[in-house]
Amino acid sequence: MSATDTAVQEVGLRPTTERIVNDFAIQVATVNGSGSQTANLVLLRSIFQMGVPVSGKNMFPSNIAGLPTWYTIRASAKGYIGRKKEVDFLVAMNPETAREDVLTLAPGAAVVYDEPLKLNALRSDLVFYPVPFDKLMTGITHDAKLRRLVRNMVYDGVLSRLLSIDMSQMEKALKKQLGKKQKAIELNTAALKAGYDFAESSLPKQDPFAIEPMDKTVGQILIEGNAAAAIGCMMAGVTVVAWYPITPSSSLPEALIDYLKKYRRDPETGKTTYAVVQAEDELAALGMVIGAGWAGARAMTSTAGPGVSLMAEFAGLGYYAEVPAVIFDIQRAGPSTGLPTRTGQQDILSTAILSHGDTNHPLLLPSSVTECYTMAIEAFDLAEQLQQPVFVMSDLDLGMNTWMAQPFEYPTTPFKRGKRLDAETLKKLGQFGRYRDVDGDGIPYRTVPGDGLPSYFARGSGHNEQALYSERADDYTRNLERLSRKFQTAKTMMPKPEVDVTAVGRIGIIAYGTTHWAIVESRDQLKAERGINTSYLRLKAYPFSEELNDFIDQHDRVYVVEQNRDAQMLSLLRIDLTPDRVVKLRSIRHYAGLPIDGRSVTSEMLRQEGISDPVAKAAGLGTVGAD
Amino acid sequence: MSTPTQTPPAPGKKLNRIGLEPVAYRGSKTTLCAGCGHNAITERIIDSFWELGVSPDQVLKLSGIGCSSKSPAYFLNQAHGFNSVHGRMPSVATGAIVANRKMIAIGISGDGDTGAIGIGQFVHLMRRNLPMVYIIEDNGCYGLTKGQFSPTADLGSKLKTGVINDLPPIDTCALAIELGASFVARSFSGDPKQLKAILKAALSHRGTAMIDVLSPCVTFNDHDGSTKSYSYAKDHEEPLADLSFVPFFEDITIDYDPGTSTTVSLHDGSKIVLTKMTEDYNPTDRLRSLHLLRETTMRNEFATGILYVEPDKPDFIDLLGLVDEPLAHLDESRTRPGKAALDEIMESFR
Repeated sequence: MSATDTAVQEVGLRPTTERIVNDFAIQVATVNGSGSQTANLVLLRSIFQMGVPVSGKNMFPSNIAGLPTWYTIRASAKGYIGRKKEVDFLVAMNPETAREDVLTLAPGAAVVYDEPLKLNALRSDLVFYPVPFDKLMTGITHDAKLRRLVRNMVYDGVLSRLLSIDMSQMEKALKKQLGKKQKAIELNTAALKAGYDFAESSLPKQDPFAIEPMDKTVGQILIEGNAAAAIGCMMAGVTVVAWYPITPSSSLPEALIDYLKKYRRDPETGKTTYAVVQAEDELAALGMVIGAGWAGARAMTSTAGPGVSLMAEFAGLGYYAEVPAVIFDIQRAGPSTGLPTRTGQQDILSTAILSHGDTNHPLLLPSSVTECYTMAIEAFDLAEQLQQPVFVMSDLDLGMNTWMAQPFEYPTTPFKRGKRLDAETLKKLGQFGRYRDVDGDGIPYRTVPGDGLPSYFARGSGHNEQALYSERADDYTRNLERLSRKFQTAKTMMPKPEVDVTAVGRIGIIAYGTTHWAIVESRDQLKAERGINTSYLRLKAYPFSEELNDFIDQHDRVYVVEQNRDAQMLSLLRIDLTPDRVVKLRSIRHYAGLPIDGRSVTSEMLRQEGISDPVAKAAGLGTVGAD
Repeated sequence: MSTPTQTPPAPGKKLNRIGLEPVAYRGSKTTLCAGCGHNAITERIIDSFWELGVSPDQVLKLSGIGCSSKSPAYFLNQAHGFNSVHGRMPSVATGAIVANRKMIAIGISGDGDTGAIGIGQFVHLMRRNLPMVYIIEDNGCYGLTKGQFSPTADLGSKLKTGVINDLPPIDTCALAIELGASFVARSFSGDPKQLKAILKAALSHRGTAMIDVLSPCVTFNDHDGSTKSYSYAKDHEEPLADLSFVPFFEDITIDYDPGTSTTVSLHDGSKIVLTKMTEDYNPTDRLRSLHLLRETTMRNEFATGILYVEPDKPDFIDLLGLVDEPLAHLDESRTRPGKAALDEIMESFR
């Protein structure tokens, strides 16, 4: 499928008609603004509460109300929480897309639909469950507005019956979702029951899908990456937050604001140990962060691609004046405005060298909600240790979708504030030179206003070791080379890649961020279906560390899998690696705006390996860059 | 106010109230053109800080890019300085001041740095009423790139090459008043007495003190076709009032006739006394201030002095409700919530 197509046009797999337990995907097609989010999260949470690994992916428009939205819930006994392309169970609530939604299903899929849409006339190879939503709602409330809002809960009830999801779990999840809103709970519960009762009396089970209780989610939480990152920022002791609203980043600072209000306000005086400034644009947002970082505060901002483009100028200043800053990039599909509500890994290359002149920035590459949390904390340490902006490259899939995780652990290491000058060190050094490489690691000592130590003049213009303006060739070159040395030092401080070597001399895979979940599944597919073993290195940071060279050396060919058109990480690798290693690299790319899935990786790797893939062919799956 | 012809007597070896000599307030040697108005402003900044007895290490000096923005290097060597990027000093200042509310911040910008590339950030700085002194060294041209028109170049003014400016100027003072700056003044680099009085009042004000200082560019914009030339500015200045600034730690010694003066109390208890000149000017009336600016502009004159002041307006730091200590100096015990907090948050996601 081409990159311009939508997810609903994807073709799914339907190998058998035998009973399929805890291994299928439900897609709910609605109109945005219709209040379907509550119903979808209740459904997700109910399955989670039954101990079945689950993930939820929201494909929503850049719009407030009236456009099509699809929410996919995947249950996977094996614990695959990446995207599954094939839809097994469709809930068709949107008249605008219903026809197309149904026509693209694989044979054997099940469809719950709003009866007046008469979708059963479209296909004879699907299981159809017509539900008279409006009729069922009349007994619940006469208020037209409320009826519209709780109408979606009816399909939860229907699915509870059809998929054997415990009603008690549904009710528990509903209470969790709605909190203390008693009236809303009552109405929604009534709608839930109406759906269940209708299904029980009128919809005999004809499809093979079912949820059965497991114990694989015990003790776990369900959270979005942006909330996880926000918790990390607070635990990292952020004191200055400057931001500008942008999808899909806004929910990070918004969650952070809520936590800071609750946990970082002096209970006696009501005064805060933080400041949040909604800036006039992303330029100003990073400008404020740079100002605060220069003054010694732990400061951060969060944005997405268009914001990163605007921040380029300040990113260069932060690099050259050597000011700590933490920047979250919740990547979305570009170029330009692109698809603001779709995902991608498209800012990697531009961010690594963001700004003019010779500039390099460390990147952290979280692949899970847990890493959104831990890397947020690490980012503040690294920014202060390296005295430069550090980017955390999340994405929409990670930031805005709901993921399972073990509860986050309380940080055990104290803040690392880096080389902050103190009186004793100053005495030892004799003289303070802000940009003097005292220790040979490229990282100088710094002072901050009000610390009682010598001041200096920070600037984006050429400067010498004493931070004085200089246009001298030797000062300039020495400084640039020291910055280079500092970036080498950074290699030793960034988190190391996660490496699993099982196929020495054969195939290696390199991936990062949310692509990880597709790799986990693809490796299993390759092994189970084709008997192909693969090794895997998951990058956690840029600049790359020594492990990367070893990994490439150990393998004959290495696939770099990523979610962009231009093989951006591969390009960064090319800059860093020796030619004998570069020639081993191959590329698998996915850029549909939708999260990458395991099957696409498997198919494309088999194609490049020259092995025909009957599974993919049967499903009509595409190849590179496709979805 | 008559045009002063000389600066006040040099303080010599005199010490200020914190025991420092004026030399402690100097910076590196200027690299601007001889006779540049910006240098005169630098001198007044040095005088003002010395006379007020502000400790240099308690000062943040910030700037954008351009001739004006080089100035912070020429005063207060002991202060922390940040020469940032073109037009973006307001955001850097905002971050720094929010991070350390105890510091006294002074930002130096130019008419291009403020009125063109930086007008977006300028507008929001004024709106936030961030506690800082913001000076525009206004020469109506881009000096560092050799004399192009800036947005404060007057309609009809002429470049050396003969090009005529056919766009109306931005009045940064009117803009600042409109947007909520709580102290707005205009002065002239060649008027040391007035400029120093305004600077000292600005430094004692809590909130954004915006001062537009006409500062002729001797190299590119000090000729007959320019309304920012020395001769034009001297001839067309309309001082509002004779200013006296009285710091809170000194006795009020100015002798003035109450019937002809307006006294404005500043945040720290010090006072500005405005002595009536041509009219009974009330600088706390926003509409009156805007009217005056409009009126004088129509006559091709500059109204100088403190145009508008709102001493009690809450500043940005007040609005944020921050703890008293600088955020930048809070240690881990104050900024990392305990394990119970994380446990509670995790529980909410189960």
